[in-house]
Amino acid sequence: MAEKLVIIGAGMASGRMLEHLFEAEPGRYEVTLFGAEPRGNYNRIMLSPVLAGEKRYEDIVTHDADWYAANNVHCRFGQTVTKIDRQAKSVFADGVETPYDRLVIATGSAPFILPIPGKDLPGVRAFRDLDDVEAMVAVAGKPDAKAVVIGGGLLGLEAAAALRGRGMEVVVLHLAGHLMERQLDAAAGYLLRRELEGRGIKVHCKAQTKAILGTDRVEAVALDDGTIYPADLVVMAAGIRPETRLATDAGIEINRGIVVSDAMVTSDPDILALGECVEHKGAVYGLVAPLYDMAKVAAKTLTGAEAAFKPVQTATQLKVTGVSLYSAGDFAEADDREEIVLRDATAGVYKRVVLKDNRILGAVLYGDTADGSWFFDLLKRSTDIAPMRDTLIYGQSYGGGASADPLAAVAALPAEAEICGCNGVCKGTIANAITSKGLTSLDDVRAHTKASASCGSCTGLVEKLLMATLGDSYNPAAIQPMCPCTELGHDEVRRLIVAQELKSIPAVMQELGWKTSCGCAKCRPALNYYLVANWPGEYEDDGQSRFINERVHANIQKDGTYSVVPRMFGGLTTANELRAIADVADKFEVPTIKVTGGQRIDLLGIKKEDLPAVWADLNKAGMMSGAAYAKGLRTVKTCVGSDWCRFGTQDSTGLGVRIEKFMWGSWTPAKLKLAVSGCPRNCAEATCKDIGVICIDSGYEIHFGGAAGLDIKGTEVLCHAKTEDEAMEIIAALTQLYREQGRYLERIYKWAKRVGSDSIKANVVEDLAKRRQLFERFVYSQKFAQVDPWEERVNGRDAHEFAAMADFQMLQAAE
Amino acid sequence: MNDWVDIGCLEDVPRRGARCIKTPLGKIAVFRTADDKVFAIDDQCPHKGGPLSQGIVHGAQVTCPLHNWVFSLETGVAQGADEGAVRTYPLRLHQDRILIDAQSFAAATAA
Repeated sequence: MAEKLVIIGAGMASGRMLEHLFEAEPGRYEVTLFGAEPRGNYNRIMLSPVLAGEKRYEDIVTHDADWYAANNVHCRFGQTVTKIDRQAKSVFADGVETPYDRLVIATGSAPFILPIPGKDLPGVRAFRDLDDVEAMVAVAGKPDAKAVVIGGGLLGLEAAAALRGRGMEVVVLHLAGHLMERQLDAAAGYLLRRELEGRGIKVHCKAQTKAILGTDRVEAVALDDGTIYPADLVVMAAGIRPETRLATDAGIEINRGIVVSDAMVTSDPDILALGECVEHKGAVYGLVAPLYDMAKVAAKTLTGAEAAFKPVQTATQLKVTGVSLYSAGDFAEADDREEIVLRDATAGVYKRVVLKDNRILGAVLYGDTADGSWFFDLLKRSTDIAPMRDTLIYGQSYGGGASADPLAAVAALPAEAEICGCNGVCKGTIANAITSKGLTSLDDVRAHTKASASCGSCTGLVEKLLMATLGDSYNPAAIQPMCPCTELGHDEVRRLIVAQELKSIPAVMQELGWKTSCGCAKCRPALNYYLVANWPGEYEDDGQSRFINERVHANIQKDGTYSVVPRMFGGLTTANELRAIADVADKFEVPTIKVTGGQRIDLLGIKKEDLPAVWADLNKAGMMSGAAYAKGLRTVKTCVGSDWCRFGTQDSTGLGVRIEKFMWGSWTPAKLKLAVSGCPRNCAEATCKDIGVICIDSGYEIHFGGAAGLDIKGTEVLCHAKTEDEAMEIIAALTQLYREQGRYLERIYKWAKRVGSDSIKANVVEDLAKRRQLFERFVYSQKFAQVDPWEERVNGRDAHEFAAMADFQMLQAAE
Repeated sequence: MNDWVDIGCLEDVPRRGARCIKTPLGKIAVFRTADDKVFAIDDQCPHKGGPLSQGIVHGAQVTCPLHNWVFSLETGVAQGADEGAVRTYPLRLHQDRILIDAQSFAAATAA
């Protein structure tokens, strides 16, 4: 019979230990895994990107239900173990006793909560798990929300940057004189502070927090010096301490953490402990690399093999997009130490290497961290740097004489050079895995070697290694840059536009390091849309960054003429409108008149110079632009509904007209076509539209994500609405979410596939407050969007578009 | 022999935009870049005849509005994988007036 192994704590250390254990002796133990959180193991280091909105929870799950099932792990998630009975060899959770032969304590750490008044108020959160992240995101979604982050270390700053990225006003309170004083010296701390302040984060150093104020929930934070910062959210990131309470109660030897031997065994030989809760030779650990080493050792101990934990030095990187920071080793000043410093204040670069007897003790890099792993490698091997001392600070490419090409720099690293600090994977291991196992992608490398699978900050190195090993056959699929002008993807650019409050195309290009002076025909229209959508009323639309159709508000045809489609709300028209259209057709000798699929009339073959006159006539008859050219709201198609149809259940025509009157003029990532059908017979074909409504006796079924173009796809039901008003609010909220998340030119069905319909439903259906906010943002944006572009041009706007600059056609005759 | 004729002032052409002049040969597109350089090329893409004056102007290049061919305004040559070229015409800026060499298109007509 298999021995019973019970594990308390389903975090990263125990998860890694199980992987090693199942690999070595798959059937040896019957495993029961307790976790206080109601979910399995996920990559906790990546909570910062989740908080920043750069990743989703699903992206950071390391062990899913299938994995636990495949390994026969009894999962007891959401159950807190309250007692260990060492005599009976069993643990208790929710009153249920579970016996063990071997027990592993992996309870991790608990956030250090400052013992000050108000610490228990709602709105005060730690930053330890997904629940904390979700609570913070909820507060960040409120308008003008303010956050105070207590603690300017790694965790606090990542939280601060992420919350700022979500639009909150953020203050960081830090006890020490400069930020991240455990990893950075004062100069690098200053540069970091300047960077964060540039993003609108207020940094208050030497801050003694006195109390958190508030009655029902947190309202403000008060400092000893009398300063008061208003706050809707307080994040406690002042440090962590090993979570040892269970072990203490059980009488196991405790010091700062649970005391373990080199083999990860506690004072009780049947009980192991690992992770942030342990103390080994007087030291406790908080970074992931040593925890993974402990996991390896604990797994060996459990299989009866000899193993000993040897602490190694680890390097630190801050995961804040746009900030490059690397620190390793010991960089305190001392008499017997020397240092080499390189400063370029304008470029924001600072490098400092601390030496003793010509060997590197520590390194701090800010702004340019490309040489981090090289310095760290020299540090760990205690290399005598005397021969290259003159050029050491300029980095590997200079000292080694290799070119400045980053690919060459990676190629030049020795096989033992560590690439992934978290998982302790060196270059040789990765390169071998790539060649021997035929790996071709970043995901492959992560799956086989774990390199870059934890904090992800070495991803760039791993990719370069893939390139160097595979040559041209490597085809990275990770983030698709928007266009050749930038390395950034659409989502990153969008997030940074909000986070850094970039409000013009030149500002985006300057701040995000565009490689071209003026962009290209791919990025400029996308940036223009993102700015229009993010800053309604503030951003001035840049016509020269729009495609010709949206610049002249008509559709260019193959011969350079244009087609003109007046708006007919809900597909309704009148005898007067038809007469005016007929008159225009006569007057301007329109060669083709066609009825469109969206229930409109299209006048084709109009000369560009005639456009303003055509629009003037249509305007006079009360018609405006039908936006048949726009990445925006196109048409709302309807059937005749209960007014005329014997099957109609609701006034589908009326609702269609109402929706179109409410939504015309709005810009969206790609074209947006709607339809309302009066009954499930669906004559308006609402189930292949971007957004569709099917009227039924009890109300309105709202559909989304259909397609009937290059792809054919039926819609998915979003939800049911009881009243027209509710249907309107849901449709506008859905559209606004798409406006905020969709990548330029991404139709709604592709967006839905990318973000998942669950996340859309969560925002638009389940969370009524969020729906309301989305709706209100849509309404606000419409205030500036509902201007008829035809009328503007009839009145003279952009007149240069419609007339030649000079005419030399008579030149020959004149000569 | 050049025959410089005035076709309008710099401000008549929007930055990162274009205007057309009509000639016996067809339209010529006059471009103004973000840094106020001016160029003139045939307003007809060699691919399918798209009006280049209607394209998006970026740097000293324009992208055709019909099928996204990109042309250098300086040389008239198609960029990237596409092969083709449009004719360029000499322009001069005199203070804020734009002058074109009328010989360049008159000669072509006569020839």
